Amino acid sequence: MSSLTAAGPAKVKGQGVKRSGFLPYLGSKLAAALVSFFVTLVIGFVIFSLMPADPVRTLTRGRPTSEAQLAQIRVQLGLDDPIWERFLTFVGNTLKGELGYSWQFQQSVSSLVADRLGPTLLLMGTAAVLSIALGLWLGIRSGWRHGSLFDRIASSASLTLWSVPTFWLGMILLVTFSVGVGPIPSLLPAGGMSDPSLPQEGWTHVVDVARHLVLPCLTMVLVVFAQYVTVMRTSIIDEMGSPYLLTARAKGLTDDAVRRRHAVPNALLPSVTMIFMHLGVLVSGAITVEAVYSWPGLGYLTYEALKIPDLPLLQGTFIVFSASVIIMNLLADVVYRFLDPRVRAQ
Amino acid sequence: MTAATHAPAAVEVPRHHAFGRFCRAYAKRPAGLAGLGLLVAFGVLALASPLFIGDDQLNVIKVDGPQLSPPVDGYPLGTDQAGRSVLLLVIWGARESLSIGIIATALTVVLGSAVGLLAGHYQGRVGQGLMHVTDWFIALPSLPLAISLSAVLGQGAASITIAIAVTSWTATARLVRAQTLAVEARPFIERARALGAGNTQIMIRHVLPNVMPLILVSSTLTVASAILSEATLTFLGLGDPTSVTWGSMLQAAFAGGAVTAGAWWYLIPPGIAILIVVLGFTLVGRAVEHVLNPRMVGR
Repeated sequence: MSSLTAAGPAKVKGQGVKRSGFLPYLGSKLAAALVSFFVTLVIGFVIFSLMPADPVRTLTRGRPTSEAQLAQIRVQLGLDDPIWERFLTFVGNTLKGELGYSWQFQQSVSSLVADRLGPTLLLMGTAAVLSIALGLWLGIRSGWRHGSLFDRIASSASLTLWSVPTFWLGMILLVTFSVGVGPIPSLLPAGGMSDPSLPQEGWTHVVDVARHLVLPCLTMVLVVFAQYVTVMRTSIIDEMGSPYLLTARAKGLTDDAVRRRHAVPNALLPSVTMIFMHLGVLVSGAITVEAVYSWPGLGYLTYEALKIPDLPLLQGTFIVFSASVIIMNLLADVVYRFLDPRVRAQ
Repeated sequence: MTAATHAPAAVEVPRHHAFGRFCRAYAKRPAGLAGLGLLVAFGVLALASPLFIGDDQLNVIKVDGPQLSPPVDGYPLGTDQAGRSVLLLVIWGARESLSIGIIATALTVVLGSAVGLLAGHYQGRVGQGLMHVTDWFIALPSLPLAISLSAVLGQGAASITIAIAVTSWTATARLVRAQTLAVEARPFIERARALGAGNTQIMIRHVLPNVMPLILVSSTLTVASAILSEATLTFLGLGDPTSVTWGSMLQAAFAGGAVTAGAWWYLIPPGIAILIVVLGFTLVGRAVEHVLNPRMVGR
């Protein structure tokens, strides 16, 4: 925020000064993101390395193990080293991309995460684009005419959908459209990302994946878009009283033009920040939706890890999810600079 | 001495007036009243449930109903895989779902208020440090953090409660800090300080009572999200497998193949119950917010 206000006087001096203001801004945001990531690592280390009472016992549960073997595993895992040394090893390994070794899959966590990243990005990306588009459109419409019938219907629908547990909505859609209830036949596939009996390439595969994507994506959009409606509606209402809208109306612009050319660009600014800040909700949605639909992404991996519980795998997904949210927040700060009409006009 | 004994009485009267005014303003908000009605109904049902639901209807070994049957005579909402009435399970599940939600909220509010109050009062290094910690927690995605915490702490209601509190105190902390800053700028705090009040006394006796209404409003909204989080974490298999909550019912239904069996009667009631309670708390919270903050009127 301080660098934003500092940009104020620079704007007066001219274009050159203004442009150079971006790099320090980016630098400070980048530094803040790095600090956040370091804190995430500390929290991850505390949760997964310090809190479990005895990881060796969990690891060897159900198998007869002698005291000597236990001691050997402890040495292997480095559990007897001093805490700061274990923390440094952990940070070093994470930076090298080594996230440990999954107990359940007998495979390195990084390779598991890499395999599952694509499906999650596909699901989250599609859901994010659709819900942001739907949410902003509804938010603008209902904020502009707040108190109208349209507004009341849109607001109560989003409030109700916000109160619905994501996984439950997923199961209900699954029963309705995939299993089929009463007169509704089975329309869409029940789970997974593709049908193994179909060829895994070409158009058939694309159509197959798209058919599998419909229900998980719909579930996420229905739960997530509500927040965007609220955010956009509030910022449109905040802009409504502004004098510049009165000016725009006074010079004879139509109501539609006042909304699109003047109110929306200004109202978008605070919304963008809020939208990116709410992306963590999308991550939560991904975990539960993927669990319900067996969508082979990071969320489903987390769900599988929970059953054991497979702590190295959980730690890996925790770090990946947190890192992605931190990157999104950084992106929000950059996008904010470019969206701001006062900066763009330069 | 006489001034000291009279003072409480003089304070009581305006507070009663304010409360009466608040109630009258609240009564004008139909959505808030509807939410309150739903919550009271659920609360009474949950508290009274031991009167008509016993071990006979809940114990998997003792029940004798048809297994996974659609609604029939005697079982208005059908039965689960063990032959228990879904209607009775939903009513019984309200007890634990509501109590975990409320206890988690209490923890959240205490933690958040303490951090917010301290950060607002000690505006130097301590306050900045606390706000940095809050910002870091806000940046963390809440569900992965909650999952990790409760997986490490072990299955059960206690670890779910702790996980919810640890992931949701930040909103309260920010809110309380902002309000604390506003209250501390007012002259009566300076007066208290001039009369020799210490830091603790200013925070507890002067700032806290002024921040309290705001804390209560935000806690109604916190209960709503705590109940949703509880259901989600239990659904993911982190709850106590033997207890009956709405989340654990849905988890049992999902794991037991109720989805492939098309057993809609087993899936719909717990979800509707969660929806109603969450919606109820949200409606009440918003109504109180509107009444206390006149700037919001008309929105």
